[in-house]
Amino acid sequence: MAIDTRVDSTQRTTRRRSGSSRGMNVGLPIVVFFLLLGLFYLAALYYDKAKQLPFLVPYPHLILKAVFTEPAFQTQLVQALGSTLLVAVVGLVIAVVIGMIWAVIMAQAKWLESALFPYAVVLLCIPILALVPLIGSLFGYEFKSRVIVTVLFCLFPMIASTLFGLQSIDKGQRELFQLQGAGRFTLLMKLRFPAALPSIFVGLRNAAGLAVIGAVVADQFFQRGNGGLGVLISIENQRLNGPEMYAAIFTASILGVLVFVLFNVLRRLAIGKWYDQN
Amino acid sequence: MTTTAPANPTSTSPARSDTLLDFSDVEMKFPNGTVALHGVDLTVNRGEFVTVVGPSGCGKSTLLRIASGLERASQGTAAVKTDRIGYVFQDATLLPWRTVEANVELLAELNGRSASERTVKAQEAIDLVGLSGFEKNLPKELSGGMKMRASLARSLTLDPELFLFDEPFGALDEITRERLNDELLRLFVEKQFAGLFITHSVSEAVYLSTRVIVMSGRPGTIVDTFDVPFPMPRSPEIRFEAEFGKLVGEVSHALREGHH
Repeated sequence: MAIDTRVDSTQRTTRRRSGSSRGMNVGLPIVVFFLLLGLFYLAALYYDKAKQLPFLVPYPHLILKAVFTEPAFQTQLVQALGSTLLVAVVGLVIAVVIGMIWAVIMAQAKWLESALFPYAVVLLCIPILALVPLIGSLFGYEFKSRVIVTVLFCLFPMIASTLFGLQSIDKGQRELFQLQGAGRFTLLMKLRFPAALPSIFVGLRNAAGLAVIGAVVADQFFQRGNGGLGVLISIENQRLNGPEMYAAIFTASILGVLVFVLFNVLRRLAIGKWYDQN
Repeated sequence: MTTTAPANPTSTSPARSDTLLDFSDVEMKFPNGTVALHGVDLTVNRGEFVTVVGPSGCGKSTLLRIASGLERASQGTAAVKTDRIGYVFQDATLLPWRTVEANVELLAELNGRSASERTVKAQEAIDLVGLSGFEKNLPKELSGGMKMRASLARSLTLDPELFLFDEPFGALDEITRERLNDELLRLFVEKQFAGLFITHSVSEAVYLSTRVIVMSGRPGTIVDTFDVPFPMPRSPEIRFEAEFGKLVGEVSHALREGHH
């Protein structure tokens, strides 16, 4: 929550022109934050006193205490975070490379697109859960399999947005290049790719968010080796360690938000100058 | 009009017969059966500024696309006797991620010119169209008229002998359009390219041209040709002269007659 408001305030300062009510935009999320925090305490109180199951919804201050005062848990949390981050980053990089190559190939000709796009859609439609036992048997229950699941999660948005971007050039621009006898490669590098950047960055941002989700979900299936946040969440859940489990859940959530923010900032740095987002 | 290169040594009268574009019985039939052009004969010589007026869908843009090589005529011969062709599109077609300067340099860049040559050419063209001071601006910071100027400058870097214009000022307001017409005439006199200009506007056609060609649609054919007698350079005031008005009236009449 606190992170969320900070995102908003950076957006405000860089896009001051469009900010008609700056104070409101920063203030409202803060109000909502405290409302949610209040609700959290109420729920915790209910599970503590009425249900006698305090580990299901622990008091928020106990979660903070677990994060900041238990060195053993801290180490576990940092290691899990590192492991999840590594899986997410490696998965994302692979998905970006495969996705962009796939899209560039499809953008070369209509028949290539018709031949290859259905398989991109198949990626979207696979129930990943159904593949899990197979991936496990083939690639083991550690890092490799987690990365594969992560790639499956974030490949489609990368393919779709890159392809959409590459096809977004207008006829006049294309003919301008054609009149100078520009070849495919020149067209791609000087026209199609730069024109696709806004769309590619949307794809990157979505894919990055999904990579974090994919890495955490993959942990639930493949629990061997250096477990990530998903593994930590399962373990603490089994041990009925409410505050620790919530700490791991919030860490995973905050990681997702941070990744989203990071790619928004990158996008603005790369194309914000010339691209008007309306 | 003097030309330095002996482009056509066999010609008898060098000034008039120095033909840059020669269409003979050109027909354009699209795969869906539409006949866009039929039996079109058209020449554009050095020193001429030829404007084609006609209703929407009469094939005038197709004429230009054949001239530029973007399309091939399905019948007849379409000869263009220069490879220095400028083409100005309906839209400015600037690349939004490039500054004015980088946009103007684009064509020279695609033709593999050196960076220093490009810079010199681009600066010259930018000065010519009156965009000095806006070199580092991005297209989104320019008005419609300024974008068109940048687009003109981009084509000027090719030193075109034949300049093709596909309704370039159609989307601009009248004041901007008239100002750009004056600029274009100035460039025509100064740079001595031959022009083939497509427009909807009869008065724009008469004001810019040495010859106006009237087309009718479906299939697109040439119905009439008018020589415009006013000498170059022209001043905006000729728009208010009786003879100018009379010619505009005649062209408009021919346009209505041909448009059944």
